[in-house]
Amino acid sequence: MFEKILIANRGEIACRIIETARRLGVSTVAVYSDVDAGAKHVALADEACHIGGAAPADSYLRGDRIIGAARATGAQAIHPGYGFLSENPEFVEAVVAAGLAFIGPSADAIRKMGLKDAAKALMQEAGVPVVPGYQGALQEPAHLAQQADAIGYPVLIKAVAGGGGKGMRRVERPQDFAAALSSAQNEAKTAFGNDVVLIEKFVQHPRHIEVQVFGDGTRAVHLFERDCSLQRRHQKVIEEAPAPGMSEEMRAAMGTAAVCAAEAINYSGAGTVEFIVDGSEGLSQDRFWFMEMNTRLQVEHPVTELITGIDLVEWQLRVAAGEPLPQSQDDLLMSGHAFEARLYAEDVPKGFLPATGQLSHLRFPDGCRADSGVRTGDEISPWYDPMIAKLIVHGETRQAALQKLSQALQRVEVAGTTTNLSFLGALARHSGFAAGEVDTDLIARDLNSLVITHRPTAVHKVAAAMTALDLFELSQDAGFNLWGPLRQSVTLVWQGQPFLAEVRVLSQTEQLWQVEAQELSVHFKNQRWECAGQALPVTHKADDKITVFAEYGYVFDLPDPLARDVENAADTAVIQAPMPGLVRGLFVEVGDTVAEGDRLAVLEAMKMEHALLSARDGTVAEVLVSEGEQVEAGAALVRLEDD
Amino acid sequence: MKLMSKALPSSQAFQDNQAAHLEALAIVAEAANVARVGGGERARARHEARGKMLPRERVANLLDPGSPFLEVGATAAQGLYDNAAPCAGVIAGIGRVSGQEVMVVCNDATVKGGTYYPMTVKKHLRAQEIAEENHLPCIYLVDSGGANLPNQDEVFPDKDHFGRIFYNQARMSAKGIAQIAVVMGSCTAGGAYVPAMSDVTIIVKQQGTIFLAGPPLVKAATGEVVSAEDLGGGDVHTRLSGVADYLAEDDGHALALARRAVSHLNRQKPATVRWETPEEPAYDPAELLGVVPADLRTPYDIREVIMRLVDGSRFDEFKPRFGETLVTGFAHLKGCPIGIIANNGVLFSEAAQKGAHFVELCSQRKIPLVFLQNITGFMVGRKYESEGIARHGAKLVTAVATTNVPKITMLVGGSFGAGNYGMAGRAYSPRFLWTWPNSRISVMGGAQAAGVLATVKRDSIERGGGTWSPEDEAAFKQPTIDMFEEQSHPLYASARLWDDGIIDPRKSRDVLALSLSAALNAPIAETQFGVFRM
Repeated sequence: MFEKILIANRGEIACRIIETARRLGVSTVAVYSDVDAGAKHVALADEACHIGGAAPADSYLRGDRIIGAARATGAQAIHPGYGFLSENPEFVEAVVAAGLAFIGPSADAIRKMGLKDAAKALMQEAGVPVVPGYQGALQEPAHLAQQADAIGYPVLIKAVAGGGGKGMRRVERPQDFAAALSSAQNEAKTAFGNDVVLIEKFVQHPRHIEVQVFGDGTRAVHLFERDCSLQRRHQKVIEEAPAPGMSEEMRAAMGTAAVCAAEAINYSGAGTVEFIVDGSEGLSQDRFWFMEMNTRLQVEHPVTELITGIDLVEWQLRVAAGEPLPQSQDDLLMSGHAFEARLYAEDVPKGFLPATGQLSHLRFPDGCRADSGVRTGDEISPWYDPMIAKLIVHGETRQAALQKLSQALQRVEVAGTTTNLSFLGALARHSGFAAGEVDTDLIARDLNSLVITHRPTAVHKVAAAMTALDLFELSQDAGFNLWGPLRQSVTLVWQGQPFLAEVRVLSQTEQLWQVEAQELSVHFKNQRWECAGQALPVTHKADDKITVFAEYGYVFDLPDPLARDVENAADTAVIQAPMPGLVRGLFVEVGDTVAEGDRLAVLEAMKMEHALLSARDGTVAEVLVSEGEQVEAGAALVRLEDD
Repeated sequence: MKLMSKALPSSQAFQDNQAAHLEALAIVAEAANVARVGGGERARARHEARGKMLPRERVANLLDPGSPFLEVGATAAQGLYDNAAPCAGVIAGIGRVSGQEVMVVCNDATVKGGTYYPMTVKKHLRAQEIAEENHLPCIYLVDSGGANLPNQDEVFPDKDHFGRIFYNQARMSAKGIAQIAVVMGSCTAGGAYVPAMSDVTIIVKQQGTIFLAGPPLVKAATGEVVSAEDLGGGDVHTRLSGVADYLAEDDGHALALARRAVSHLNRQKPATVRWETPEEPAYDPAELLGVVPADLRTPYDIREVIMRLVDGSRFDEFKPRFGETLVTGFAHLKGCPIGIIANNGVLFSEAAQKGAHFVELCSQRKIPLVFLQNITGFMVGRKYESEGIARHGAKLVTAVATTNVPKITMLVGGSFGAGNYGMAGRAYSPRFLWTWPNSRISVMGGAQAAGVLATVKRDSIERGGGTWSPEDEAAFKQPTIDMFEEQSHPLYASARLWDDGIIDPRKSRDVLALSLSAALNAPIAETQFGVFRM
């Protein structure tokens, strides 16, 4: 086994790898960019090396620096994680050339699978079923359009060097092909530096089922399948293992095909063979096709770990260190069911727009595995993937596991950024999903019902208001009064709608609230605040935002009572000279439309030039002076039309 | 030493006492509830329709969330002016802003436009007196039309009339006791000086006005026609006149600005006493209603009260075997060390000497004094006069009058005659004076007063050879008895601000703790006693 490895990655996967390495007694070296100097993976590792600027191209994609860091720290091997350089054969070659071990497949294996058209051809030769499509070298748009016509719409355009949904477009109609092609090519060019695409048939009721394989360079085993059908625009959202409706025969057939694929390229380490499956009439052995092989550890590998009890990173380290595969196919067993949900900083109602922000509060519930690369106080920066965590659960049955997932999602506490938590929660409670009716179109089809906004109840509002007024921990004399309690109030805003919450603090342990005509009595009992016997939800306040951790989190705005604009108190229609001076410039004429803050005139006085700005939006009614005129203090210069 | 109670909560006497106290309490609560509504529903609705917060909401939203509010004069002016001025038209009390204790004085414009009745002036001045003695920053929430004109002779000219408010502001400002005004309505004529005399003034735009003469008077005097806003509105005063410093959008904004102003006072409570960790009494303060007899004439052990007020019911009684009708001793109340002087019967010479001794001890040690008053007076008779009870009483009065430690007085029973003086009655400037609903205060008992008058009358009749039937005597005495009964009632006393308020006896401990805490904002000065008549 290695004594020290370098992890050429960041975020949750770097943390995940460090954990296993530490358990195995392997020292770890982290690498980091400028913005990651204080990141969790850096804090966890035994050593850390700075490798450059925030942009991945300046740091996590800088193979030379990473190898330099490995040599400088005496690391014997490099684990690439996923993404970044994990499937870059030149990097693998450089690592090997530097006398280091690469914890992953050979450059040759990566190359063979890296270009999707070649990979398909290879698989076809090896007897693995593939989807009809075009994967030729001729990339003329007209030619590609012809090929698409030949395959039959709908078709999928995919970047040959792509992955993770980048450079991928689904095209429904021939007339949309050209535009989709050019945007896919542009994206591929930007993301991978390679704009070559392939075109394939778009499978109806498609399901995305992938098989985890593990090779030692000659032989391979499979660790059963994962179903990643819950996708949004080819981004996986919730993954599970095993696949719902999977029969032993089908599993054996897919497993055999996957092992065959891996062995065909002398695969070493962890890999995933992705298949597209026609799920329109249940799963059938003759309706799965090879899509691609990911020559790395997958984001969703934990679901496999939970049903097999195997630490895939440990296997990676062992195999890379020259040990044989720890178990043979016959020894491998699976039990129960596992789900993984990807918690992202993104604004679901706004079209899943990536979000940023500082995580002012982050807590994961007990009873689930949370793989996360961030902690409370960490920043979700625009530089990298906005994933906050992967929540992974295991249960005896699919139903039990799904219930655990649903509960775990409800109990996650995250504040400081917008997240997809509510969306994940809705998915976990989706009846079709619960019934195992999964396909890759489910999300798009039911999007409206999945992004419904929960409305906070009076109890949630009270919890927010108590946080706003800091009424959770009270002094012994709190609320004391001689003959009747005072009624204090606070205005909060939820989704742009202000509401008033009024409270009478009766004692250290009792408060009477009124929110929108509803009266609620809250008591401190059993070491917690309760309303009608129910504990008040946990809350968090950061600056002017209050998050109530209920129904995946309600965010309230607390307007600063001091942040009020009183400057409009004066007559805003007339702009006056603030002191005696010379009118140096006039920038408006009668009839001009001006906005608040626009420069109307310049007054020279006391050797200074003073810009006179419009106090509000409006139309110029009168210009009362001319340039070069000397005016007294208070002289009206410009008058705006009345509102 | 921990005191042990002899009270039996299950006894009939205990139950009867409780019932009687609750009845007396209900009468006061009713009066307090009326006072809290201010000028009534119509006036309140009109006030709110102008976008203004009701006065108690203003106070509430000025204070820290959950802050205690120790209200002063909660039933002031009750029964006066045909009940036209509930709460005397002004709310006063101590609360916390930014964690600091402050005195809040808030006009109630729903009560005759917030104009100043004589009792309004008296209450405002009392609030200022408390602030000055205890170094509490003052926040005036102003919304008042100035002096109540029909009562101008009792409001304007005298020393303790309207002008004293501004005198106090200047004097307090000079002492570094911050004066902050929030103009949330009218500030007319003399009232204009409240904001003008303040260190910091906030005014609500299109709502607060400050002027020496309002538009009608201006028109009458000079013919100038001007709107209230143009004459003395927030814009004028923050932009042109400089009478106010901050312009607020509305009440809520103004109160937030006032809170910010307090947060910038850079104040710190002085180090005064050695605080201990607070501890609840071993006996429930709620039992006070049962252990104190409903009838003032029934004697009881005042230690039953003490043990329900002090931490752990522990009481280091000083000189317990001497002058037993006055109980003195050391204790802690919510962690604050105090010296207690409590009546346990009529005052004799020894008791007075012991009291004076104990005041000296506390003064030297700078321990605040708590007086529990239940006193019918000094013992009378030849024996006592000849042994010099007046001389001994004078010692106690001198000590109480000249000590500089904070004194807090609570009337838990009778307060009659010279006993009131020796026990830090109102004239002896206790920092706070609170009364229980069962208390009575008068120069002597009504029956005694009627008896004195009847004796004089009988002597006169009999000197003239006439006779006076017992029926006629009873009829003669009754009006005096009735008058004393009415005038000695705590509501009568509190209406006239002879005290700072009537309290629920069960809240005594909290009231005392808050009073002590407020009092300890001022450093405790060295005491220089007067000449003791030895």
